[in-house]
Amino acid sequence: MNALDRSLITDHRSPALSPLGYPTKLLTGEQTFESVNKTIGSIVLQGRQPRSWWVGFIIAFTLLMIFFLAVSWLLIRGIGIWGVNIPVAWGFAIVNFVWWIGIGHAGTFISAILLLLFQHWRTSINRLTESMTLFAVACAGLFPLLHLGRPWVFYWLFPYPDTMGVWPQFRSPLVWDIFAVGTYFTISLLFWFLGLLPDLATVRDRARRNWQKKFYGVLALGWRNSATHWQRHQIAYLLLAGLATPLVLSVHSVVSLDFAVAQLPGWHSTIFPPYFVAGAVYSGFAMVLNIVIPVRKIYRLQDLITLRHLNNMANVMLATGLIVSYGYFIEAFMAWYSGDIFDQYMMTNRAFGPYGWMFWALMFFNVLVPQTLWSARVRRNPLTLFFVALSVNIGMWLERFVIVITSLHRDFVPSAWGTFFPTVWDWATLFGSVGLFLTLLFLFMRFLPMIAISESRKLVAEPQKAITP
Amino acid sequence: MQPGAQSRFTDHGSPIIRTNSSNEFAPGASEWPDDISRREFLRLAGASLALAGFGACTKQPIETIVPYVKQPEEIVPGKPLRFASATTLNGYAQGLVVTSREGRPIKIEGNPDHPASLGATTIWAQADLLELYDPDRAQAVMRGENISTWNDFLREIDSTLQAQRSGGGAGIRILTEAITSPTLISQLQSIQQRFPNSKCIQWQPIAPEIAVAETVYDLTKARVIVALDSDFLFMGPAALRYARDFSRARRVRDPASAAMNRLYVAEPTPTITGSNADHRIAAAARDMLGIARQIATRIASRQRSSILKGETKYDSWIQAAAEDLLANRGASIAIAGQTQTPEVHELVAEINRQLGNEAVGARIAKLPSRPVNQLDDLRQLVQEMGQGKVELLIILGGNPVYNAPADIEFASALRNVKTSVHHTLHADETSRICHWVIPAAHFLETWSDVRAFDGAVSIVQPLIEPLYANISTHEIIAALVEQPVRSAYEIVREFWRERNQTAQFDIEWRRALSDGILQNPSWNTSSEGAEESVAATTTLSPASSEKPSQLEILFRADACVLDGRYANNSWLQELPRPFTKLTWENAALISPELAAREKIDNGEVVELIFRGRKLKAPVWIQPGQAENSITLHLGYGRTEVGRVGKDCGFNAYTLRTSEALWFGDGLTIQKTGQKHSFATTQHHHTMEGRDFLRTGTLAEFRADAKRVAHSQEGPARDETLYDPNEYQNRGYAWGMVVDLGACIGCSACTIACQAENNIPAVGKQQVALGREMHWIRVDTYRSGNIDNPQFNHQPVPCMHCERAPCELVCPVGATVHDDEGINVQVYNRCIGTRYCSNNCPYKVRRFNFLELNAGLSATEKLAKNPNVTVRSRGVMEKCTYCIQRIEAARIEAELENRSIRDGEVVPACAQVCPAEAIIFGNIHDPNSRVSKLKRLPTNYGMLAELNTRPRTTYLAKLRNPNPALVISEQRSVNGEQHERT
Repeated sequence: MNALDRSLITDHRSPALSPLGYPTKLLTGEQTFESVNKTIGSIVLQGRQPRSWWVGFIIAFTLLMIFFLAVSWLLIRGIGIWGVNIPVAWGFAIVNFVWWIGIGHAGTFISAILLLLFQHWRTSINRLTESMTLFAVACAGLFPLLHLGRPWVFYWLFPYPDTMGVWPQFRSPLVWDIFAVGTYFTISLLFWFLGLLPDLATVRDRARRNWQKKFYGVLALGWRNSATHWQRHQIAYLLLAGLATPLVLSVHSVVSLDFAVAQLPGWHSTIFPPYFVAGAVYSGFAMVLNIVIPVRKIYRLQDLITLRHLNNMANVMLATGLIVSYGYFIEAFMAWYSGDIFDQYMMTNRAFGPYGWMFWALMFFNVLVPQTLWSARVRRNPLTLFFVALSVNIGMWLERFVIVITSLHRDFVPSAWGTFFPTVWDWATLFGSVGLFLTLLFLFMRFLPMIAISESRKLVAEPQKAITP
Repeated sequence: MQPGAQSRFTDHGSPIIRTNSSNEFAPGASEWPDDISRREFLRLAGASLALAGFGACTKQPIETIVPYVKQPEEIVPGKPLRFASATTLNGYAQGLVVTSREGRPIKIEGNPDHPASLGATTIWAQADLLELYDPDRAQAVMRGENISTWNDFLREIDSTLQAQRSGGGAGIRILTEAITSPTLISQLQSIQQRFPNSKCIQWQPIAPEIAVAETVYDLTKARVIVALDSDFLFMGPAALRYARDFSRARRVRDPASAAMNRLYVAEPTPTITGSNADHRIAAAARDMLGIARQIATRIASRQRSSILKGETKYDSWIQAAAEDLLANRGASIAIAGQTQTPEVHELVAEINRQLGNEAVGARIAKLPSRPVNQLDDLRQLVQEMGQGKVELLIILGGNPVYNAPADIEFASALRNVKTSVHHTLHADETSRICHWVIPAAHFLETWSDVRAFDGAVSIVQPLIEPLYANISTHEIIAALVEQPVRSAYEIVREFWRERNQTAQFDIEWRRALSDGILQNPSWNTSSEGAEESVAATTTLSPASSEKPSQLEILFRADACVLDGRYANNSWLQELPRPFTKLTWENAALISPELAAREKIDNGEVVELIFRGRKLKAPVWIQPGQAENSITLHLGYGRTEVGRVGKDCGFNAYTLRTSEALWFGDGLTIQKTGQKHSFATTQHHHTMEGRDFLRTGTLAEFRADAKRVAHSQEGPARDETLYDPNEYQNRGYAWGMVVDLGACIGCSACTIACQAENNIPAVGKQQVALGREMHWIRVDTYRSGNIDNPQFNHQPVPCMHCERAPCELVCPVGATVHDDEGINVQVYNRCIGTRYCSNNCPYKVRRFNFLELNAGLSATEKLAKNPNVTVRSRGVMEKCTYCIQRIEAARIEAELENRSIRDGEVVPACAQVCPAEAIIFGNIHDPNSRVSKLKRLPTNYGMLAELNTRPRTTYLAKLRNPNPALVISEQRSVNGEQHERT
């Protein structure tokens, strides 16, 4: 435990803290430009990874292979290998899709919105979260394609000049999804890469091995650290942040419309867009915490990713978690208030039907457990925070399961009611996608600077910016 | 080519590699010329290419494509042909019209002119098509394990017969199923003449006694029907006829003149008939005698109010039924089921006599004889077989090794027979033991004749050459008396020619073939050798039990595979059983009370011990089951069966003894602790307070017809963002009405749709996952008291909503409306997001989760309808209103420059329906039948409040309860609820 950590827990009146109890500097320890460069850059350049990286990578890679196996079998046999049926025609694939998309929210939220709001504390975590966003959206994007009955014709979803003269049916929210997710992924990628440019150049300049020079040299696109470069870079970065900000709200709103547009009780609800966005940010921050907490420990980045970062993220989680809880409440209230027997039955069935235990598990993980975040001690203890975040991640997955499956399995006509049981391939695809996500993340940590070097240097240079407003 | 490459080639010439490779590959396959240069390689390659062209000059074997020299009448490629024929159900004819495309039968329909069909068919007739193309059929003459030939068989049989001649054929026995074919009966008689000491025996495990089968009722005249343990609407040779008459007698359209018959049913296990009753009681089969006696006594004494001692539980029902019968003398009928004892039948006949109901029914048709007591004959045969007296046993159809009563050791006795011959469609348990197996010709492959329940004779004419080395029944019998054997065609035709030697024969024969029924009454054979067979006294179960809590076992033919003959038919296996909605297997049906008493869960495996015999069976808790009766359905647990029927269910024949063919007392059950999982298509049988199946009573209908359907109209047409007049502006607007009052719940629509639309069966595992493919399903809901609920059936096809929720959400526009209002599915465009199914409130869409049409045998492919796309993996499908039939009618109409007439387009489900419950047509035409029905006050749209504007609507179901009984029933229901709360 470093000095600041100790001070946060032991002595709130330490001079290193602002009157509100926050540390006066975001970066702790005595950091210089070169120390920042080294701390971050050496992870990439040295190539020697800690043992825990290898352990994690091997686990992730194994899961990735399981994913490939599951997907290959899926393409060979068809989606009948999953547990989906009529009436539950959407199963794990859609649950996972929405879950990953949600996870992919924190990155852009942290990077773009906090950038626009001049929240400089974001600097230490924005790169990691942006990458996380990118990989989560990549995972998410796979699912709608894999879940198609005929995935090899997925491109029919795009409006392209087709010799058959066919065109997407634009009233369908699935078409909107394509644009929403596609745009979000593109902007996220650009934003991420643009932010990386100066850092890639830093790494390039310090690279010793030939391949590293070439690899980072190409990626750096000839960045020379000139003032013009910086000026244009900053404008572009700000513009992209401006573009990305509405997307944070739009992408999950559109995803929620997949459900809200349908007339199925449990889906057909106007509260879905805001409630889904809040849920997405909620799960996104939870995932960031789940990744950042071990990473800062393993790579000894406690000086860069400080307890204050964790505390701030916990606060965001608490706030969005409350919005989500409100959503749950309103759903139940509206079901009752509508007087609609289908809605009322849906709600009763959700809580007390065959999948009732999942609903209560969701309440526990997503509503009850995060209430501990009211306590500063929980927020500032990485271990407890890690478990609360894990609980939220599980809870958010359960939430999507409850929305998708329990609404479908008993809708209007009781004779058509059914149940859904995931098969081994459903689980393999879910955990496999986690493998894909983690593998990408591990490779990213190995080959790219995981904390924005240039921005960290800025904090060293302008310590007053680091003071909390 | 680089030098490196060249050296690589030469490497192959190295001795080591050559040795290795020559061992590994066929000679010459791996050799490479030693010192081939690059130029030489190219030269060779070029020469090969050039010479390959010369290959085209090789003379190909000549295959001629020659047009018909004489164009056969009516054959136009691409145009379907229809031929009249007939199938049998327990020996009795069901007239058919079979559609043939390019020489292959692809669809079976009923023959409107046939008295046992009236244009409808049973589920079994539909499935007969698949039976024809079943790749697991017996395909070759087998002698033991070896393939043999028909001529070998003839040779061997000839020598056997020579040996038998001296003894008058004392060692010859012929075992058949129930037969009504006049030709076959006469052939058997001629064997009897040739070999006076030979014997013909009949055994069909589920065939009704002749007296039951051939008692004909005229339900159009009956105002009150009392049925005791009788499923006359579904099982039996006249079921289609009865279903038609019954539903017509209940059809009400106009509140002013509305009249309905009233059906009282007492039965131990739910049946289609029971579910259509106005008053049903669940009574043990053994109690039927007491019930019949009480009704008879009341009618005889005319004491309407006297209360007799006896089972008071059923008193009010008995009282009401008896009173109603008395009030409708001469226009009422009592019916006893085939599973009931002769005593019950006698009592019922007496009731009908007393009431003067002769006009309505109870006519015993005087028809050709057949053995009176199957069971005694079979017992004697087995005895003789066991003693080694039987030298030659010919088993024509049937599967006695599997389905003979358990106490008659048929299988072991069969091993003592010197020469046993099994003539069969499928190699089965019996074939395995017999010396010879002769593959039987399917009825679509050969000539024959059959008789209907009322004596009408049909000629069975083939539509296709036998697919394999199939032999007709007539041919194999002829082989015993004549050689060379004439063809079945000659045998059948000669038989009828002998009976009509006028010059008119040819014309009348052709007319008989074209009509599907012999019209000339002089041809009717019913006057020949008639034998009164009412006195049939099979010793059935003891009449009644003194201990009412003792468990009773019931054996019933399975509603789909019957006695096991259709075990290898995937359409029937997958057709949900009417009440349990079970597929692919049977179960021991027990009542909820018994389950509660014995603490048995659904799916628990119990051991049934019946008179010393044991059987393990999974339990299905079936509301409506009599409290202490356990129903076992026959036809499962087959061991020697094709790929489809393997490992399905348990064999109830192992408990079925000759003293208790249909029911018996003395059953005990023991829990085993094992669990079994079923595959059902409907898991939830209550409506949860929703109202998409609307019912009412006749009295309510008379009082306020609108209220019955309580059809608050859906939202107004213009409450939409889109054009309110979409699909309203053209000549045709297709729509459908399903008359719930008529629907008896037989599921014929489901299987007819399957046959018409190339719908695959998916197997038990996939059904259990919820992936059955039926485009029209028959939902069965229960209401009221769980011990004796009221059952209601509701066929649900696609509603073809004008505001179809499915269309809105499809991202690729694969489901769209055509301009006549049909919601069509474009398979080629569908990418399989399944969003449409999620948004369909009726859940009528079906998805190809896997490739279901892969690996079809050559014959199964023949069964496919060429007018309907065979769907591949990953696409959605659903009811199309049989759009191919609409298009066929349109082509026809446009050729004649007219519009399509009302009734010209009949979807498969409507065509097959025996109760005429499905009506289809143009709703723009105010005079079409469908438009008229849609204007009725009982018409309502299912979930119309969602503004889907369904084109398929329903007519509310009406019942005609006895007002006196309603009050007492309500009281008992209320009392029951009171107890529970």
